[in-house]
This record gives sequence, C-alpha cells and structure tokens, in this order.
Amino acid sequence: MTNLWQHIFEPGLFTYPFLIHAWISASAVAIISPLIGFFVNLRGESFVAHAVPRGAFAGAAAAFLVGANSILGLSVFALAMALSMGFMRRHSQNGVITALTLVMALGLGDLFLTIGNTYAPEVFALLFGQLLGVSASETMAITVLSVVLVIVVGIVFRPLLLSSTVPEFAAARGVSLTAMNLTFAVLVALDASLTVPVVGALLAFSLMIGPAAAGGYLAKSPWGAMGYAIAVALGSVWIAIIIGYDTSLPIGFLVASLSLVAYVVARLIHMARKTRRFKRYVSPL
Amino acid sequence: MTSEAAITFNQVHMAFSGHTILRELQFNIDKGAFVGVIGPNGAGKTTLIRLILGLIRPSSGTVHVFGSPVRRGKRQIGYVPQSFVADPDMPLRARDLVGLGLDGERWGFAFPNHARQQRIQDMLDRVGATRYADEPVGTLSGGERQRLLIAQALLTHPKILLLDEPLSNLDIHSGHEIIQLVAEIAHDSHVTVMFVAHDMNPLLGVMDQVLYLAQGRAVVGSVDEVILPEVLTELYGQPVEVLRINGRILVFASGEMVPLTHSESIAHGHALA
Repeated sequence: MTNLWQHIFEPGLFTYPFLIHAWISASAVAIISPLIGFFVNLRGESFVAHAVPRGAFAGAAAAFLVGANSILGLSVFALAMALSMGFMRRHSQNGVITALTLVMALGLGDLFLTIGNTYAPEVFALLFGQLLGVSASETMAITVLSVVLVIVVGIVFRPLLLSSTVPEFAAARGVSLTAMNLTFAVLVALDASLTVPVVGALLAFSLMIGPAAAGGYLAKSPWGAMGYAIAVALGSVWIAIIIGYDTSLPIGFLVASLSLVAYVVARLIHMARKTRRFKRYVSPL
Repeated sequence: MTSEAAITFNQVHMAFSGHTILRELQFNIDKGAFVGVIGPNGAGKTTLIRLILGLIRPSSGTVHVFGSPVRRGKRQIGYVPQSFVADPDMPLRARDLVGLGLDGERWGFAFPNHARQQRIQDMLDRVGATRYADEPVGTLSGGERQRLLIAQALLTHPKILLLDEPLSNLDIHSGHEIIQLVAEIAHDSHVTVMFVAHDMNPLLGVMDQVLYLAQGRAVVGSVDEVILPEVLTELYGQPVEVLRINGRILVFASGEMVPLTHSESIAHGHALA
C-alpha cells in the first residue's frame, strides 16, 4: 500500500519549485474559471468564452516578441478581444465580423511569433499550455489576479445574476445593462488570460465551461452549482498534475479529458435523477 | 396635478430619430386603479411603460409618479416583464429568481437569513407558486414563470405595478388565472396596476379604466366612455366601428373584417374562457 502511494505521489511532487508553481497557479485558475463560467453558461455566451482565449494567444505572442510579462500581454489582447466582440455584437448581429476578429487575432499571433523567431516549444506552450513551466513571476501574477477576480465577482454577483436572467427587470430596478455587459466581458477576458498559461489558448475553454456545466447538472441553486463546479475544476487540475508528473502525458490533454469525464458523469447523474422523479410522478396512476 | 393621481403625464411627446411614437399625452392615473393599457402593435405601449420606469426621457413634457418626477430604479414601482429565457438545466430555482426581486440590484451577495427566506416564502405562497418553489425556473411553464415574475416585482411592496404584455406567452386559461391574481393583489394591497395587453376582452371584468393607445395618442376613461365609435374614430383618425357581442367588444376599422385590437384570442375562441 505504501508503495502504491509512493508510486502515485512521486518524490518531488510537492517540493520541486516548478511543481509548487504548478499547484498554486492551477488551483487559482480552477477556482476563478468556474465562477466566471457559471455566468457564461447562464447568459448562453459560450462562444465568447471560446473565442477570447484564442484572441489572447496573440497577446502572449506579442509579449514574447517584446520580452514583456506574458500575463500582461494576454490580458491586454483578451480585453481588446472581449470588448470589441461585445461592441460589435451590440451594433450588428453579424457573426462573420466576430469570426473575422478571431481570425485576425490568430493571424497577428502568427506574425508576432514569426518576427520574433519564437521557438516551436514556446508556441506549443501557448496553444496547449505548459503548466509545469509556469514561472515564479507568472504564478504571482496568476494568484493576485485570481484573488482580484474572485472579489470582483463577489461585488457584482447580484446585479450580474439579475441582469443575466431578467434583463428588463434589472433595468427597471436601475441596473445599467451596458455596465453589466462590459463587466462580464472584462471578467471573461481576464480569466482567459489566467487560464492560457495553465492549459493553453486552445484548451482554456475546458476549465471555464466544462466544470460550470457539470455544476449546473448537479445542483439546482447558483451556490450549489458554483460549489460543484469549483470542486470539479480543482479535482481535474490536481489529478492532471499528479498523472502528468507520473506519466509525462500533457497536462492540457489531461485537464480537457477529466473535465469532459466530469461533465458526462454529471449529466448521467442528472438524467438518472430526472427519470426517478418522473417515475415517482407517474406511479400513483 | 391632484394628490389623488398615481401617475401623471403632462404634454408628453416622444420621438426616436425623427419618428414620432407618442404625441401630446395628457392624463392622470388614479391611485389604486386597475388600468388596462390597450392598443394595436406599435402603438407605443412599451414606450409608455418605459417612460413611467424612467428608462427613457420624453422628448418634451413631464411624467410624474406620486407627484415627483420619474427616476430610474424606484422601488415603489414594480415591473413585470413579458417573460424570461431560461434553459431547463439553468441552476436557478424559482425561489432564487423571486429572491432577486428583494435586492437583486445591490452590490455583493445576500447572506441567507430567516427573515429573508420567510419573506420570499410568503410571496411564493401569495402568488400560488409554493408547489414549484424549488424547481429550476427553466422547467416551468409560461404561467408559472409569470407568477414568479409577479412575486419578484411585489417583494418590495410597490405602490404601482406595471405589467408589459404578461398574457402574450400564455394560453387562455393561465392568462385568466394571472389576471385574477393581479386583480386580487391590487385590491388587497391597494396597488395601482397598469396592465398592457393587445386584447381588452380578458380584462373587461377587472379593469376600472382603459388607456387606449393608437397612432401615438391616448384616451383614458372607463370602458363605456372610451370604447365608442366616435371616440376611437377620432383617436385612429379613420372611421372605426365597435361591436359588442355576448359581453365582448371588438373594434374594427370600417369595412374591414379583422379587428384592430387583437384578433388572436378571437381566432382561438376566446369566448370559451
């Protein structure tokens, strides 16, 4: 038994600095992402959550080029991406413009990487994440930004919930819908810039949407759903780090698979519950 | 303006980018009155409601509520929107939605306490939503959702209740129940009601006054004062006929077969309700 534990928790798992960075940054992201993802699902805007991290990729490429902090580059580009998408969606229903913005951002990323002669492994890390390569300064930035985001979500919680469910009522009560849409866009953008270093631009979506959707199946109330979602996200990244360290399988792949598994399990539980309720409902007949 | 007026429109003119929506609206709504706001589509009913809520400002003229100018976000006005969009898997229970009516516009989150839970429960009981209080809102029917929206609007004990086409997503039976519920609450709590509908017939038994909107103009009065061929002819600016059959009223443009205010309920045999 002791051997098995030693085999799972290999030496260095909790002591190597790069692993400590990984544990801290992954946990921070796994707490904030489902909270934002809850609102993304509530508002039915998963496309935004899907597109923004990819736009942010260009920011990280730009940061590589000029030698700036990658979190900073990610944040700037993600914000620009989210705000312009919000702006265009208000002024036209044309999805083509949104898609073109996304393509332009990816194209810019390509340009920056080419000009900067960036090495392939770094590009790879941006696209698929490199959790075990997160630096001390990045860990610091991710942690601080996560704490700030959790506080902001706490502050805007009620008006954002109200305007996401019954917008006309919220407006009648004096909530500015424009301000709430803007806040939402900024939250998604900043969350995306935290998630990219952990699981990469292509897989960032998996931490924001998967656990939140699973939470929605497991609980009926917002609090319950967010609690489950955070538990699923934390579970996914923790298990991913352990397996990834033991087996050298890529963390991004592991996080994506684990959150998919959690989603499927949650959905099955939900279906089983519904069937049971239905049976109870019809049995008196 | 008299102290008896809940809502006062004084020479209100409303235009959006050169297009006139409302012109020279001049009327008082008495305290405690149940007013049906009736008119064809595009007559400006929703604009009227938005003016009272202070969400838009009149191009000219003034709107007063209980003697003071309208201001956005007043808790003495309860607003009931048409409906809301919700996915069946959305993690929001009926009581969560209704609870947002208490203080959903405030920053931070609400710590649950007994008094708060009790207030929400009482309101759920009041509108007859006890049975599905813990169900996700996305699984509820149109009528059930409408009850929740009414409960949500009533939690702050408003003196005025504005309902913007609450019947449009409901079948005739649930529509009738919603009207009875609103009438009962209005009577018990002395709430002034503005009930927007495109067909006046379901409201005939309960409304004290009708506010008839057409061509951007309005007439206010009892049904017998307002729904007359000469009054409506002047309002529409074209010859109008009024038909009364078995206690129901149909308004036609002269020579036309289709009633001006709404035909849907007639096509679906509203007389059965």
